[in-house]
Amino acid sequence: MNERPTPSAHKGAVHRPVIHDSAERHVTGSALYVDDMPELPGTLHIHVGMSERAHARLRAIDLQSVRTAPGVVAVLTAGDIPGVNDVSPVHAGDDPIFAEDIVEYAGQPIFAVAAETLQAARNAARLARIDYEELPAIITLDEALAAATDLAPAPELRLGDPDAAISASPHRLSGTLHVGGQDHFYLEGQVAYAIPGEGADMLVHASTQHPSEVQHLVGCMLGVPDHAVTVEVRRMGGGFGGKESQPALIAAIAALAARRTGRPAKLRLDRDDDMVMTGKRHDFRLDYELGYDADGRIQGARFEFAARCGRSLDLSNAIADRAMFHADNAYALPNAYVHARRMKTHTVSNTAFRGFGGPQGMMAIERAIDEIAFALGRDPLEVRRANVYPADGSALTPYHMAVTDSVLDELTEELAASSDYRTRRAAIRASNAESTAIKRGIALTPVKFGISFTTTHLNQAGALVHVYKDGSVHLNHGGTEMGQGLFVKVGQVVAEAFGIELDQVKITATTTAKVPNTSATAASAGSDLNGMAAAAAAQTIKARLAAFAAKKHNIAEEHVVFEAGRVRIGNQEMSFAELAHQAWMGRVSLSSTGFYATPDIHYDRATGRGRPFYYFAYGAAVSEVAIDTLTGETRLLRVDILHDAGRSLNPAIDMGQIEGGFIQGLGWLTSEELWWNDEGRLRTHAPSTYKIPTANDRPDDMRIAIWAKGENREPTIHRSKAVGEPPLMLAISAFSAITDAACAATGYRAFPRLDAPATPERILMAIREATGRAGKK
Amino acid sequence: MGDAIRFLLGEDEHEISGVSPTMTVLEWLRGHARRRGTKEGCAEGDCGACTVVLAEPGGAGGLRTWPVNSCIHFIPALHCRQLLTVEDVAAPDGALHPVQQALVDLHGSQCGFCTPGFVMQHYAGWLAGSLTDRAAVKDWLAGNLCRCTGYGPIIEAGLAAGRADGPDTARRAATARRLDTLDDGRMLDLRHEDQRWLTPRTSDELARVYADNPDAILVSGATDVGLWVTKQHRRLTTLIDVTRVSDLAEIRDEEEALVIGGAAKLAAAHGPLARLSPDLGELMRRFASIQIRSAGTVGGNIANGSPIGDLAPALIALGAQLSLRHGDRERTIALEDFFIDYGRQDRAPGEFVAAISIPRPGATSRFACYKLSKRFDQDISAVMGAFRIDMTEGRVTAARIAFGGMAATPKRACNAEAALIGTAFQADAVERACAELAADFAPITDMRASATYRLESAANLLRRFHLEVSGAPTSATRVWELA
Ligand SMILES: Cc1cc2nc3c(=O)[nH]c(=O)nc-3n(C[C@H](O)[C@H](O)[C@H](O)COP(=O)(O)OP(=O)(O)OC[C@H]3O[C@@H](n4cnc5c(N)ncnc54)[C@H](O)[C@@H]3O)c2cc1C
Ligand code: FES
Ligand code: FES
Repeated sequence: MNERPTPSAHKGAVHRPVIHDSAERHVTGSALYVDDMPELPGTLHIHVGMSERAHARLRAIDLQSVRTAPGVVAVLTAGDIPGVNDVSPVHAGDDPIFAEDIVEYAGQPIFAVAAETLQAARNAARLARIDYEELPAIITLDEALAAATDLAPAPELRLGDPDAAISASPHRLSGTLHVGGQDHFYLEGQVAYAIPGEGADMLVHASTQHPSEVQHLVGCMLGVPDHAVTVEVRRMGGGFGGKESQPALIAAIAALAARRTGRPAKLRLDRDDDMVMTGKRHDFRLDYELGYDADGRIQGARFEFAARCGRSLDLSNAIADRAMFHADNAYALPNAYVHARRMKTHTVSNTAFRGFGGPQGMMAIERAIDEIAFALGRDPLEVRRANVYPADGSALTPYHMAVTDSVLDELTEELAASSDYRTRRAAIRASNAESTAIKRGIALTPVKFGISFTTTHLNQAGALVHVYKDGSVHLNHGGTEMGQGLFVKVGQVVAEAFGIELDQVKITATTTAKVPNTSATAASAGSDLNGMAAAAAAQTIKARLAAFAAKKHNIAEEHVVFEAGRVRIGNQEMSFAELAHQAWMGRVSLSSTGFYATPDIHYDRATGRGRPFYYFAYGAAVSEVAIDTLTGETRLLRVDILHDAGRSLNPAIDMGQIEGGFIQGLGWLTSEELWWNDEGRLRTHAPSTYKIPTANDRPDDMRIAIWAKGENREPTIHRSKAVGEPPLMLAISAFSAITDAACAATGYRAFPRLDAPATPERILMAIREATGRAGKK
Repeated sequence: MGDAIRFLLGEDEHEISGVSPTMTVLEWLRGHARRRGTKEGCAEGDCGACTVVLAEPGGAGGLRTWPVNSCIHFIPALHCRQLLTVEDVAAPDGALHPVQQALVDLHGSQCGFCTPGFVMQHYAGWLAGSLTDRAAVKDWLAGNLCRCTGYGPIIEAGLAAGRADGPDTARRAATARRLDTLDDGRMLDLRHEDQRWLTPRTSDELARVYADNPDAILVSGATDVGLWVTKQHRRLTTLIDVTRVSDLAEIRDEEEALVIGGAAKLAAAHGPLARLSPDLGELMRRFASIQIRSAGTVGGNIANGSPIGDLAPALIALGAQLSLRHGDRERTIALEDFFIDYGRQDRAPGEFVAAISIPRPGATSRFACYKLSKRFDQDISAVMGAFRIDMTEGRVTAARIAFGGMAATPKRACNAEAALIGTAFQADAVERACAELAADFAPITDMRASATYRLESAANLLRRFHLEVSGAPTSATRVWELA
């Protein structure tokens, strides 16, 4: 038979909407998460005793009755730690596993109980007597600013002369916006299962985005080298950044119990403990001041941000930096100053969350543009389009990086047209005049998101590929699977490289024993980095196979071609399996590692200059909402999204990221509210009180498209673009649309100072305040 | 008396004895049965990851099926029933069920942790024939959270499953027959360590058992009581399960009133309440989730005395009467009189809610109720307002306004009511009544809302009622009706 399918026709090829590799396991309940693994005999269960105070000195910790309670095998405190009592991801020494003298948030671990059953551990923990000497606690960001509790010096970004530009501008405005934090609410809570091995060895199954860091910090805690610790994760039940730095604490406690008792030990936080004990998205205070011209073109901008970091540094420096890098969002600012303070509070230490400060950073300028448009009586879209980064690469970001790949002008215009934005906006304004209780609003907002870890050395990845002599392939890489479809995408890359079906590629659990020194699966960079590393490994093996076949058949290497299911060697053909078998017989190594380091990126934090990002991901969304001006209740009525995923590796997976990211962002900006009481206790620590979106919050009319023209200008893996984080920020369109509707409630006479999340309460209060101002005019 | 829980797990008969009766179905599945497809996402009935399906003989097809949150259901709920989990859905040869296939084909799972719950919720919908259109599918999913997908593909999968062929009736009938043989009609009396669980089968039996054990805790749907165990980690000793008291679950559509038995499920009451007033139907649609409503009861919602329960304000505004029974004695009180203070109700030890009687609003009445919460679906109300006025010859002759979330109990707004009586229910009178709300209520600030918002929005709900009574179409006053 001479019929040969084209390379892209086989099921595993890239750019095809292949289903998630675990989908059938998900729907049959046979996908194993850490807590589903069969426990070894003798497994202990751990419960953590937490601080009840936000800030206190520990006068005495009496655990006597805990130790003697039924079923208890070990009670662990700081004194039991053989190595270092710290799990700070940046080795700041400020993230103790167990508090020693001082507690700095309500929920901070003080001790742990390992018992025969979880119930026994929990019951015992309640018998602890802890004597606190209460100290003054700083809970809110404004309190922290008043007390100047900066955890770290804040770098600055400066382009041109912003102050002069602002004073020389014909129009100026300034304002403040508070943006709330967000709990990750991954459906699977934090969990680790530690199994002691011989000698100092420790195997930890952890639900983590960052196995190498868990490995290292567990090693430090135990006082053993990294080589003694193996961390493995097949899949997480969601991560969203919440399993980047946080799992080290959980794994460390489990490993400590395992070391101290010599028995396997599991720590799984229930939802409440998880929400109380582990970090969240930073809430921010955003102060802005801008000068602009009569067309709304921004002449100069000053952004002063403050992030609530909570009790320790964690990843706050990088997060606040990324907020600064996104203060411009999609807009070319000829003169700009950006600054972001990192404030300590006596609340849980905040951490990575999808977007990593970027979303918060963008909120200020999106708000400011809405306000400029209001002041000028213009359509905010016109003002946005007047300011977007030009395609010609002439504009610099506030960190002096030329934006050479901007598609914003084209993308926003295409979306404005396909969503019928302008007609709808006019219709909405007309209908608002007729409607008293209910007002509608609409907004189009763009996103430009920088891709790469801004800590340059993290932009590296490794992979390991084995080809077995039957032609089947074992794939391993440093990335972790949390639902984002990384495994299937990298599997597609390898299948494409060998010209084989995806089901011939076995996608295996991430483990520090196979690929070392990995970076977190984060910064949206999972498939960019690991896809390239896996492609490199496959390329090495392919080259060996080609050399072998060429030699054997006495032809040039370029005449060995890997196609769908077949390898063409000159004018002969054989299956990939046949060639693998022959190569094995010919004593060719069929295993290779692959490595990738993102080229051309550099950044100098001291001067605030460089090229921290390899490229930018772009997207835009239009949201239409209706609000009830009597109660502040909101409905999102329609959403149109156009997103640039480059040449998507897997459009089905990417569509899922776009929709899921948008809805998660919508929750952040509308219904998800973290509420601490005056004593600094989080009162929204379960889904009964913390409200993420449900199916009914998703508008029926949701039109999502991956931009057909998308193609990465940089030679990324098959010219795709990262897609994990950017879509979350598309939900800013909903926030702007709500602002527009609230403005309608004042008869378009005052601009409402709405903070996020835009709960019914905040909307009602913003309308009331703005209406008051309108009345005074 | 029976001392073992007998049920079908999938097709296999199981018996449980010698364990704590307040063990949850989820704990039993994951820990004892080692079925780990069912997940725990919250242990409080709010995320749906633990959803399983229960079946018992009865209903239209001979087998009644409904989804429940296994995380807050105690194992005695399994007695004489079939328990189906995500492991039971595919065919024995491994062929995926249409519900599963649609979720796979439409990319309905990402991390997959919520997926078993969605599979079971869709499966329950498919069994019940409830996946009829988009709105129905979304309502059906109100109790299932997914943090990854944004729901679109899951909703599509529900619609696709709804179009597939329905369940095999012969197999259902066979299951019903097997279940029938499990039930010997006797009361269960489970004992374990210091715990005891009793399941009387008739009201008389309940009255006797409860009078004999006045310190016992009554358990109905356990959508509150379950959380005392899973969240507050309380050890409950003697429990009396009212869900097997068949005559207590009756709902009677009488001419003057709707009479709901003390153990009637919220789901069963949904239709009759909706017929009494469309607003009550809408309230029930937004009350928790299908899973919770399939287990929880109207009686439990009243008896728990919660200041933020949804039904009490609505039923108070409608003038409902509450019947309480102790031994052979039954008394009837006005519903509002049941609520004395926070955590205190007019209910003696050994006394139980026998029935709630809701008078039908007459032709001269206007009634509306509004639930206000941060999220539309499955959220506890920040404020729940219910309004009923009777007008004769253009004048308000009676006004009953009740709120939840505004005081330590569900409470009438007597001052506001008084400001309306005798008026023509026009804007000025309504404004006076709104101002009186500050005299009626001094609400608290908590994570659901501030005191200011509560007072202000309560007044605005009265204004909304006025707009609607004055003829505004609900499309101009009810933002949730817009799509
Ligand atoms: C996820 C979730 C969402 C919820 N959403 C809502 C909501 O939207 N609105 C709302 O109002 N509530 C809500 N609830 C609360 C709860 O579901 C309701 O109050 C429900 O009606 C309680 O009924 P039950 O049968 O489950 O009560 P149970 O938990 O069985 O019992 C509740 C209390 O009533 C007592 N009791 C039960 N039956 C009787 C009786 N016949 N006589 C005397 N005492 C009795 C019990 O002893 C207990 O004190 C929600 C709960 C959960 C878990
Ligand atoms: S585990 Fe969340 S509803 Fe049961
Ligand atoms: S797929 Fe991850 S929570 Fe639904």
